[in-house]
Amino acid sequence: MNMTADVVVIKDVWVHYDSIPVLEEINLVIKEHDFLGIIGVNGGGKSTLLKVILGLVKPSKGIVRVFGDTPQISRKYIGYVPQYSLFDLEFPVSVWEVVLMGRLGHTGLFKRYSEDDKKAALDALAKMDMLEYKDRQVGKLSGGQQHRVFIARALAANPKLLLLDEPAAGIDTIIQEEFYELLEKLKTKMAIVLVSHDISAVSVYVDKIACLNHRLYYHDSKELTAEDLEATYHCPVELIAHGVPHRVLKKH
Amino acid sequence: MMELLQYEFIRNAIMAGILASISCGIIGVYVVVKRIVFISGGIAHASFGGIGLGYYLGINPILGVLPFSIASALSMGWVSKRSRLPEDTAIGILWAMGMSIGIILVSLTPGYAPDLMTYLFGNILTVPFSDIVLMLVLDAIIILVVYSFYKEFLALCFDEEFATVRGVHAERLYLVLLCLIALTIVVLIRVVGIILVIALLTIPAAMSRQFTSNLKKMMMLSIMFGAVFSSGGIWLSYLFDVPSGATIVLVMSAVYLLYSLVKGISS
Repeated sequence: MNMTADVVVIKDVWVHYDSIPVLEEINLVIKEHDFLGIIGVNGGGKSTLLKVILGLVKPSKGIVRVFGDTPQISRKYIGYVPQYSLFDLEFPVSVWEVVLMGRLGHTGLFKRYSEDDKKAALDALAKMDMLEYKDRQVGKLSGGQQHRVFIARALAANPKLLLLDEPAAGIDTIIQEEFYELLEKLKTKMAIVLVSHDISAVSVYVDKIACLNHRLYYHDSKELTAEDLEATYHCPVELIAHGVPHRVLKKH
Repeated sequence: MMELLQYEFIRNAIMAGILASISCGIIGVYVVVKRIVFISGGIAHASFGGIGLGYYLGINPILGVLPFSIASALSMGWVSKRSRLPEDTAIGILWAMGMSIGIILVSLTPGYAPDLMTYLFGNILTVPFSDIVLMLVLDAIIILVVYSFYKEFLALCFDEEFATVRGVHAERLYLVLLCLIALTIVVLIRVVGIILVIALLTIPAAMSRQFTSNLKKMMMLSIMFGAVFSSGGIWLSYLFDVPSGATIVLVMSAVYLLYSLVKGISS
């Protein structure tokens, strides 16, 4: 297997917060065009795992390689959509200014945003169907619209890897469906990893599933064993025999 | 008010008021939107150590404040990000520490400290021309730095984590922002004094937020509010012969409260 062709390689990674282990012995390979869903209970380390890939959290042990390099070097290729609830909605900033932030790594210090940057930001807004809201203050939009803005911000960087933290939280089912269909389209251009505590919403759309509860259970496929789920959720979960539950149905 | 302008000290005072409005208009907006009012208050109060240092060394106290406020900004920023102490605890400790150093140094200085009150509560009517020159230089530095890093500062204030992912050195930039707050405090000390600085850093910016959701327009508006209120305060303090710093702060807070009341009733 060619290591450098892999998008993310995580080897025996441990993360401790104040000597309490949050991630234990994580091994994970994400390949080009993977569409991976990571599910698990809240507090199981899902956000931390994304932050390890982004280089925001340093592992106490283990190796992380993103596009064959350290996360700090490679994160310019990563688009990141953080947890929605963390924003200050009173903040005086327009949709346009937020999406341009996705281009920060592409302009130097002291420089204004270039025409290329503006074009990439416009493209990202158009892709998310949010062009008409360009000059609105972000806090004045609905939850679903804000969500699109933050995805547009991630896409403005033309990422090769897209990380989404609880993307379905706070948006209603119809918008969720559109959202997952958008991800279907994006996955031809980039690897996508999304984490969620909601197994049913995620499992229909993703190509591969992993379970995370301090330890990661992953078979490079969409199959999970009953033991995996039990280890993740600490209670028997009935679903495996007939595949995944279809609470979110795709249109045919 | 026109006949007042024939006095040089009034002209200096109004000039100082406008220069102060520029720095606090720009930096105050960051203080308000990034919600770092407490750390700004901490830097301001700890700067009293610099006043003490100035007295002790027998130099212009403002020159003592400059290095001292930068040092307190850097140490507060560093301790609040890196130490295991909760941020507000760390700031509280350094806040009191800086003031205590100032009081000890003043008491160690032989003789009586005549205009100590000026530095605590400001007296814009006694600003010498040399201090106006210093304010002008500091304003220029603040404008230059904010102009150069405008988009990075915006990203830092809105979403520090995302800024980091996009390659912004967020922690370093945060320290730069705290240093700009320190410089602003030096500019403001002559006008309202260490204790009242926080009013000028927050009220004009908070008021301008009511009228716009654009950071640049907020800065322009709060500079304007600051200039109008400080000139009004200077005039009232001359008229009624009351301390200028406190008058400026009272004018600002009264207008802000009135505005909030009217807005609250009409909505």
